[in-house]
Amino acid sequence: MINYIKVALLGNPNTGKTSVFNALTGLNQKVGNYPGVTVEKKQGSCRLDRVTKAKILDLPGTYSLNASSMDESLVVELLLNKNDPDFPDIAVVVTDVENLKRNMLLFTQIKDLHIPTVLVINMSDQMQRKGIKIDLEKLEEKLNTSVVLVSTRDNSGLDQLKQVLVDYRSIPSVPILDPTTIDQDYFESLSKAFPNQPLYKLWLVITQDVNFNKLKRKKVIDTAQFKTQSQLDLKKLQHRETVKRYQTINQILKETYQLNLDEATDLRSRLDNLLIHKFWGYVIFFLILMTIFQAIFDWSSVPMDFIDTSFARISEWAKKQMPEGILSDLIAEGIISGTGGIVIFIPQIAFLFLFISVLEETGYMSRVVFLMDRSLRKFGLSGKSVVPLMSGTACAIPAVMATRNIENWKERLITTLVVPFTTCSARLPVYMILISLVIPNERLLGINYQGLTLMGLYIIGFLMAIFSASILNRILKSPNKSYFVVEMPDYKLPMLKNVGITVWEKTLSFVMEAGKIILAISILLWFMASFGPGNNFSNAEQIVKHQANNSDLSESELENKIASFKLENSYIGIMGKAIEPVILPLGYDWKIGIALISSFAAREVFVGTLATIYSVESDSQETIKNRMAGEIRYDGTRLFNLPTGISLMLFYAFAMQCMSTLAIVKKETNSWKWPIIQLFSMTAFAYLAALMAYQILK
Amino acid sequence: MFPLDQLALGQKALIKSIETDFLPLKLIEMGCLPGNEISLLYSAPFKDPLYFKIDQAHLAIRKEVAQYIVVKPLLDD
Repeated sequence: MINYIKVALLGNPNTGKTSVFNALTGLNQKVGNYPGVTVEKKQGSCRLDRVTKAKILDLPGTYSLNASSMDESLVVELLLNKNDPDFPDIAVVVTDVENLKRNMLLFTQIKDLHIPTVLVINMSDQMQRKGIKIDLEKLEEKLNTSVVLVSTRDNSGLDQLKQVLVDYRSIPSVPILDPTTIDQDYFESLSKAFPNQPLYKLWLVITQDVNFNKLKRKKVIDTAQFKTQSQLDLKKLQHRETVKRYQTINQILKETYQLNLDEATDLRSRLDNLLIHKFWGYVIFFLILMTIFQAIFDWSSVPMDFIDTSFARISEWAKKQMPEGILSDLIAEGIISGTGGIVIFIPQIAFLFLFISVLEETGYMSRVVFLMDRSLRKFGLSGKSVVPLMSGTACAIPAVMATRNIENWKERLITTLVVPFTTCSARLPVYMILISLVIPNERLLGINYQGLTLMGLYIIGFLMAIFSASILNRILKSPNKSYFVVEMPDYKLPMLKNVGITVWEKTLSFVMEAGKIILAISILLWFMASFGPGNNFSNAEQIVKHQANNSDLSESELENKIASFKLENSYIGIMGKAIEPVILPLGYDWKIGIALISSFAAREVFVGTLATIYSVESDSQETIKNRMAGEIRYDGTRLFNLPTGISLMLFYAFAMQCMSTLAIVKKETNSWKWPIIQLFSMTAFAYLAALMAYQILK
Repeated sequence: MFPLDQLALGQKALIKSIETDFLPLKLIEMGCLPGNEISLLYSAPFKDPLYFKIDQAHLAIRKEVAQYIVVKPLLDD
């Protein structure tokens, strides 16, 4: 028989809580979402001794139980609800040596809920370098609990922590602060009204606007004497509570904690002098950005090409293994190429998260937030919008997810809404083929026109994001006051294990989130392209053969002709023809219309769809390009000329064509309103821009 | 005594009072309390946001928030 102990890890953000979690559980962890909200739920398990296992819940980072974000509300909700299946047997507050004082605020709050709580002090290997001395025994005595020193860097102290967890029943659950010292009258009457409840718990139920046990909250609030307290009075009491707690904590630390600054080496100020320098700080950030782009576009092209050819081969192979027919087509062309369309983004996404997690682990990302906040705020964004905007150049999906740590509702919403304007990598293949078709490969003063156009498209995307942000900034009214508090953590070397686990988890969640949708749409598109109503579709073979009777076509040429005739008469072909009147003024024909519709799966499908429509056999860029170059408009001129090319590029730059992004925006904003606004306003703007470009250049 | 956003770079001060109605509770919980020492370490261009050391914490806040904190400068020793 194995005993399970439920353990909850708590602590301020950036204090190594996740390192402790990773050290205890390794890869035995599961990341999910809390039901109904987009806060990550991390759970893992760890063997403590022969008969005991710990189920460990890594709760989101919190500064206190006075919740001011969705993450923090969740923590409070859990700790107030004894009936929650995740309610911990023991709470572990993790802090690093330096931020002990601040974490003790949270520690005392949790302990006051009568939950057995131990304190883990991480990064104990840094104590000497920072000139810190702690009297452990005395601290344990004062806090009435176990205090464990660990270092996840040299794996020390973890066994001791496991032992403490096994013996969790011996940890007393005595509160630290007596709430009546905050306001005697108020808390005494509260305790009289509800004599069986911990006072601090009642206080949290009154002050915290969380979903916990609505009935009970109502009962407390309805009781006449507590109702008279206004929000402002409650806030005053919360302030007094914080002051009282710090008084207690300061008293305890005075006797147990010594800081000798002479022994401390000052890595922070030396690095800060450079990294947030008013000039060099920006230069360095720019260089780092360049490196990230280089990785995303250059280094990842090797694995991406490999994935591309591999999936083409697998699809071909699968086709040969199965008897010809609908099922083999579905598997080879729908499912396998659909999966390939997702897998191909993995190298870019992994590189992106590798950089972001290293920058976050080292503490550098907070400096970027500091550097960029002022200039981005003018447009209704925040310094914290940098990570989403950077991620957007790989893919909008992780970018939208990265908006989660922007506390301000309005700034977060604006970031979410404008991120799809940044040039994601799915646009790149579309741009590449169009540029090579319509922009001359010539140089002016040593500058290549094609390269210039591509850069121009990236700049347009970014400017459009900024421009629409400033419009939204004027329109949207913010319900809550803006506040911005960014912690500047100490610089640290990133831990390989933490970076590895982050990259793995984020990439996996991208594959799952976006993958589902891209795959479903690929299959739907395959269906619409493989079936059609009426005689033209079902008798395609005879009709084409009849038409081709006199001409001198080879076997494969004939087959291609049939395929393209079938596509023309399939459901998707009919849709393409139906929208032709709308897109004709932009310089497109129905074939491009089909490619536009297919792009809703993912933009890069544009190229592949055109390949099918033009019945090009191989998927190679050169053949498709040559075929596209030869395509003729109704009036006999070249279809892919400069006006149409520019018009198409602008359409792809601005239109909201990605279903997966819409789905993720819906999930993050919890309403269909915003993705629908995004879909229509962006696409309408794209239409107008493309229309103007074509009509002017024509 | 003057609002925190007027503190000079590198200068140390004591927090005298805070306007609790306007200040986010988070800031108070991170140690921005009357009696604690505060110093301005860096400022971004246009003096916003500001990077302080408050008690033992290192924080960046916007200028608009800093004006709700009143400080009294400490003389250099």
